[in-house]
Amino acid sequence: MEDYLILMRLDLLTKEAQPSPEQLQIYMKQYQEWVNGILSQKKFKSGTALSTEGRVIKSNQIMTDGPFVETKESLAGFIIISADNFDDAVQIAKDCPILMGEGNSVEVRKVMGIHKQE
Amino acid sequence: MNQSDVLPHLFRTEYSKIISVLCKQYGFNQIEIAEDITSETFLVASQVWGLNGIPENPIAWLYAVAKNKAKNLIHRDSIFQKKILPTYQRDQKAFEVELDLSDENIMDSQLRMIFALSHPTIPLESQIGLSLRILCGFGIEEIARAFLSNRETISKRLFRAKEKLRENNITLDFPPPNEWEERLTSVLRTIYLLFNEGYSSQSQDRILRKDLCLEAIHLSSLLLEYKETNTSEVNALLALLCFHISRFDARLDSEGEIVLYGDQDRSLWNEDFIKKGEYFLHQANQDPKFSKYHLEANIAYWHTLPDGSEKKWETIFQLYTGLLELEPSQIILLNRAYALFRAKGREAALKEMDGLDLKSNPYYFYLLGELYLGIEPKKAKDYFREAFSFAKTEADKSAIQRKLDLI
Repeated sequence: MEDYLILMRLDLLTKEAQPSPEQLQIYMKQYQEWVNGILSQKKFKSGTALSTEGRVIKSNQIMTDGPFVETKESLAGFIIISADNFDDAVQIAKDCPILMGEGNSVEVRKVMGIHKQE
Repeated sequence: MNQSDVLPHLFRTEYSKIISVLCKQYGFNQIEIAEDITSETFLVASQVWGLNGIPENPIAWLYAVAKNKAKNLIHRDSIFQKKILPTYQRDQKAFEVELDLSDENIMDSQLRMIFALSHPTIPLESQIGLSLRILCGFGIEEIARAFLSNRETISKRLFRAKEKLRENNITLDFPPPNEWEERLTSVLRTIYLLFNEGYSSQSQDRILRKDLCLEAIHLSSLLLEYKETNTSEVNALLALLCFHISRFDARLDSEGEIVLYGDQDRSLWNEDFIKKGEYFLHQANQDPKFSKYHLEANIAYWHTLPDGSEKKWETIFQLYTGLLELEPSQIILLNRAYALFRAKGREAALKEMDGLDLKSNPYYFYLLGELYLGIEPKKAKDYFREAFSFAKTEADKSAIQRKLDLI
């Protein structure tokens, strides 16, 4: 098993046409089910959502308001899973409910452990 | 509360609070931005809570996100700044905004919002739509369902209403003392219509309709929280709504068909609401006024009493007579004729029906059928058939059909 990082990028600029309470409930359930699915396979390691606000520090120490809202790809959150291989990790990431929103994306990266215990 | 119910519940209770506070702070003309911030806050909540679980203090979480979003927007969006800053130029705090989310300010903001949305220059239908959206946190889809309309129509209507708010420079300031009474009247009418929309709406969605009624009750309860708006009319209106909703579950049978008052299963009436209604009616009667809501609340109260109660139908007849003085209407005359039938019998009621001009109203013919039932069954049948031909809803049609089958 190897660790993979799943990054969830959310188009924060698209105005979701003001969701109704029922829709919100469905969204929330979809996320729960996705995470629970990974948990039940014992592949969930950790993860968190991120605030929608952020600061970006550039190389010249100039700080700007972030996240990169102008790129329409803000990082909404990430989780770390353990998967058999890259394909397995991608399969799991494909089910991420965030992908139902237009313009959203999920990125899968293998975590390269430098301090491997074994 | 079930975990998955938390978010919709908070949406109903907190949406209007957050949006009202934002509007009070940034100006009522920024209502769309306030709506966006609030909607996004809930959207983020649905995602984050789905991944991380519901936070310990979900309300504080929502407020914190809304606050940050508002702050960020001010810093980020230069157009917004240009629009906002002129208004706030004297007020250096504009940049350092801290949203005041104290209970006091939330209540104050919500009250201002109710008054603004019931502004007399906005068409009634839009007042209700806007109230559903802003005050009750209904989604566009739900409003469309409630009005038996579609998304586009409702979006357009709400958009135009907001344009109107801007054109007329409606602010969140309380109305001046000389307009106060008129505006409160307008607020009460909106709540009354909101309730009606839920109570007699033809939408099949029963839960949604009950929700609508409960929202109307919630809004009028809100008015009682303030000294200025805790008037005897508001109490009367609230009493009226409580009495009506107490019969909500008895009004429809398992097939969703209307059960008429006389045939309702009284064990399905909600005693709690009747008790509440009695309490508010008592409050209203401390300052007895000859207002529409006082009379209607009293009528509704007498309707909750068992049929054998002394003077029941006589009193209802008299109350309807009073209501006629306030707003002469054929429908009230029709209702009064029914009360007369129960109080004095068929002949007296039939005489009363003579003067009515409701020749395409199914209920008019229905009552005629009912009145002739004990005298001339053949005539009764004809009237019920006539009622059937004018009935607009399936529920009404099948209720009349059942009556016809029994003859």
